Amino acid sequence: MSVAPPNADFMVGQQPAVPGDRAPGPRRFSINLRQSGIYIAFAAIVLLFTILTGGDMLAPQNISNIIVQNSYILILAIGMILVIIAGHIDLSVGSIVAACGAVAAVLMVNHDVPWPLAVLITLLVGGLIGAWQGYWVAYFGIPAFIVTLAGMLLFRAVTYNILGNRGIGPFPDEVRTLSNGFTNGYLGNIGLGGLGGADLFSILIGVAAVVGIVVTQWRSRAGRLRFGQAVEPLPLFIAKIAIAAVVLLFVMVQLARFRNVPWVLVLLAALVLGYSLLTNRAVFGRQIYAVGGNLQAATLSGVKVKSVVFWIFVNMGVLAALAGVIFAGRLNQANPTGGDQFELDAIAAAFIGGAAVQGGVGKVVGAITGGLIMGVINNGMSLIGAASEQVLLVKGAVLLAAVAFDVWTKRRAGASR
Amino acid sequence: MSDVILRMRGISKTFPGVRALDDVNLEVLRGEIHAICGENGAGKSTLMKVLSGVYPHGDYSGEITFDGQECHFGGIRDSEHRGIVIIHQELALAPNLSIAENIFLGNEQSKRGLIDWNRTNAAAAELMRRVGLRENPVTPVIDLGVGKQQLVEIAKALSKQVRLLILDEPTAALNDEDSAHLLELLRGLRDEGITCVIISHKLNEVLEIADRVTILRDGKTITTLDAEGLTEDKIISGMVGRDLDHRFPPREPRIGEEVFRVEDWTVHSPTQHGRLLVAGANFTLRRGEIVGLAGLMGAGRTELAMSIFGRAYGVGISGRVFKDGREIRLRSVGEAIRHGIAYATEDRKRYGLNLIEDIKRNVSAAGLRKLARRGWVDDNEEFKVADSYRKSLNIKAPSVSSITGKLSGGNQQKVVLSKWIFTDPDVLILDEPTRGIDVGAKYEIYTIINKLAEDGKAILLISSELPELLGLCDRIYTLSAGRITGEVPRAEATQEGLMTLMTAGQEARR
Repeated sequence: MSVAPPNADFMVGQQPAVPGDRAPGPRRFSINLRQSGIYIAFAAIVLLFTILTGGDMLAPQNISNIIVQNSYILILAIGMILVIIAGHIDLSVGSIVAACGAVAAVLMVNHDVPWPLAVLITLLVGGLIGAWQGYWVAYFGIPAFIVTLAGMLLFRAVTYNILGNRGIGPFPDEVRTLSNGFTNGYLGNIGLGGLGGADLFSILIGVAAVVGIVVTQWRSRAGRLRFGQAVEPLPLFIAKIAIAAVVLLFVMVQLARFRNVPWVLVLLAALVLGYSLLTNRAVFGRQIYAVGGNLQAATLSGVKVKSVVFWIFVNMGVLAALAGVIFAGRLNQANPTGGDQFELDAIAAAFIGGAAVQGGVGKVVGAITGGLIMGVINNGMSLIGAASEQVLLVKGAVLLAAVAFDVWTKRRAGASR
Repeated sequence: MSDVILRMRGISKTFPGVRALDDVNLEVLRGEIHAICGENGAGKSTLMKVLSGVYPHGDYSGEITFDGQECHFGGIRDSEHRGIVIIHQELALAPNLSIAENIFLGNEQSKRGLIDWNRTNAAAAELMRRVGLRENPVTPVIDLGVGKQQLVEIAKALSKQVRLLILDEPTAALNDEDSAHLLELLRGLRDEGITCVIISHKLNEVLEIADRVTILRDGKTITTLDAEGLTEDKIISGMVGRDLDHRFPPREPRIGEEVFRVEDWTVHSPTQHGRLLVAGANFTLRRGEIVGLAGLMGAGRTELAMSIFGRAYGVGISGRVFKDGREIRLRSVGEAIRHGIAYATEDRKRYGLNLIEDIKRNVSAAGLRKLARRGWVDDNEEFKVADSYRKSLNIKAPSVSSITGKLSGGNQQKVVLSKWIFTDPDVLILDEPTRGIDVGAKYEIYTIINKLAEDGKAILLISSELPELLGLCDRIYTLSAGRITGEVPRAEATQEGLMTLMTAGQEARR
């Protein structure tokens, strides 16, 4: 008698399950907690400041402000989360923001280059800066920490050289609209009863977004079911979608009541959607996780590791350039000191949003949420008139707490083996 | 004379959802070498972690009596204080520190707060003499081979006045020569009065060295036996709970035409300039054939395989590769995969798997493009593929969304194999596919390998275990110091004959 039945069809002997092989139930919960903890924390923080500010936090104008004021950090956070998932870091993005803002200003203000072309050139410059850093990290093998620390100094120096130690402005109206402006009321206003008038177009965008979310989520769920995959229970699924829909509609209605949807929000939504798809579904996105999770295993699975890392830095450069244009457009001036310490906010956003220090873990939506958490703290504390050093204190504590929570859940999950 | 030095009684330890140890009893006699055998997941390592205080008192139930006193260890320092030292499978040495520094790490020989280097190095030299390590005490550990690093660990244990030495899979990474030396050393330590507990999958070693053997299965003590008169089959039947007549599944070889040929393959070391790792190797593989590659540790087996697999290792690589009679170039791993070549690494945790990802993403890692249309992955299809491998290869996990880092070694290895089977290769290079895997899972891996050969794939099997090569292969090449020293058909192969070829020409080169 042999241990395994000598059947032909690739089945190997069924054995009694060894206890160690069974994944125990409670772990599933802790993983969920780890993933959803960030959203719960976000909701709690928003709630806290809403109470502290007597509702001002969620006023139409304030919501609009939070989005517009943090847009460039959120754009940087999208690039940063990819860098961090791949197991690297980028300390230079603040300086790249400044340098690219300067390039855009010189092109548009000093040389009267048409603004679309100028923006395109600026993005290209950002890509080249990213390629420069990506080369040293990926192909030359210098740790990203060093390369981008050098880049932080280098590109700050470049900024001073371009601008000659003074600000350049003002920017064309179109650029300022992109950073600061709002979509036009294309369809006019409608009355919302006690809430007053609101922009119909903005509300329709919100409704369309909700429908889009419901349809895609439902189709994804149906697809998973068709393949016999585990899905979350239907009530939980519906509850999640419902909460998302309510939050989204609430934000859109508030925006519609103020001055319509800001253009940066449209841009941000497109970026979040695009990059979420990239990380979840694209081969390239998967390779980023593979590289960050186990570099050697990725290499031996045929992933072109160096090329992946290189392009992640190029991408970071382009996004930093975009943030640079928007930031400069918002201030209506490119400043030599602009973008100072943006890298720290972007990195903090990524880690608060659930990225792992070792790489291999992280989500675009998480980084956005992390960035919004910091934005809400900034905004809420200024609303209640807190001193700026206290804002720093709270932000530091939140960052530490978020990562400590992540490490703790991981250790608890890992302790069982 | 033979009194009990260690008694563990009624030990139970539960992890969330899993009962890892269930009323385990263990008695170790003073001055014996006591082996603990069991499949992966049987609870051996957990038991040793309880004993050494990794899981502190209160974390488990049951009692531990050492040398007549009941013990409540709060941590590893407490147990070391009593003279219980554990040497883990993965060595815990600081690679850039010297041998002497490592031996006295955490136990520095100091005078008024400053390290006394003369005393440190002299004491280290004395300990190194006891373990038979002939090196300069100031040599950095990173410059030593695994075998010698193991000796450093033992010297470190001796420096702590060890009375009970626990070794977890001490010879797993060692070649036969180093293993033999280590076993000899353990006998010497026993004669000096040091009691040893050894966990090992290598049953021949257990029989060779142990005085008594305790068998664990599914977290329970099955039995403790005298090694006198014990056989491997008896231990195995205790471990798996059934008789095992055939350690290797039967197979009718159906060998076709030549599919892969390597000519004059030469590889140089990437770290030591000019050092030859593989010198002018030639070999061929045929469809449906399992070909063994035997060689001692350091013979260049992995280097040969990885350099062929898209130059994943080594520099100054030269030679020619033919697939189906046509010469091909394999300049990158991606090219090798596209040409239908797969390489399953010997070190699955470091080189084979993304341990923080789930099963399905590991299975798809090398064949992601097969699941993608215009760069976008179909994740439902991915699930389906991974789930089919989970079923057909019997990967024990609740679903393919389980994290691979949580699986046992055998199941991790099945994930690695799934990954490569999914790339649909014609040539599979399997580097130590059963290393650190329990007997039952080994049999399953053998069945998979046979099935792959039956499907017409050519397999190059690298293994340190000669019985494994003899049990599975149709032909065996021997590699010694980077040179192919022999090609032996299955019918003519014997362990002794292979070993002679595997050591051929080494003396001349030194």
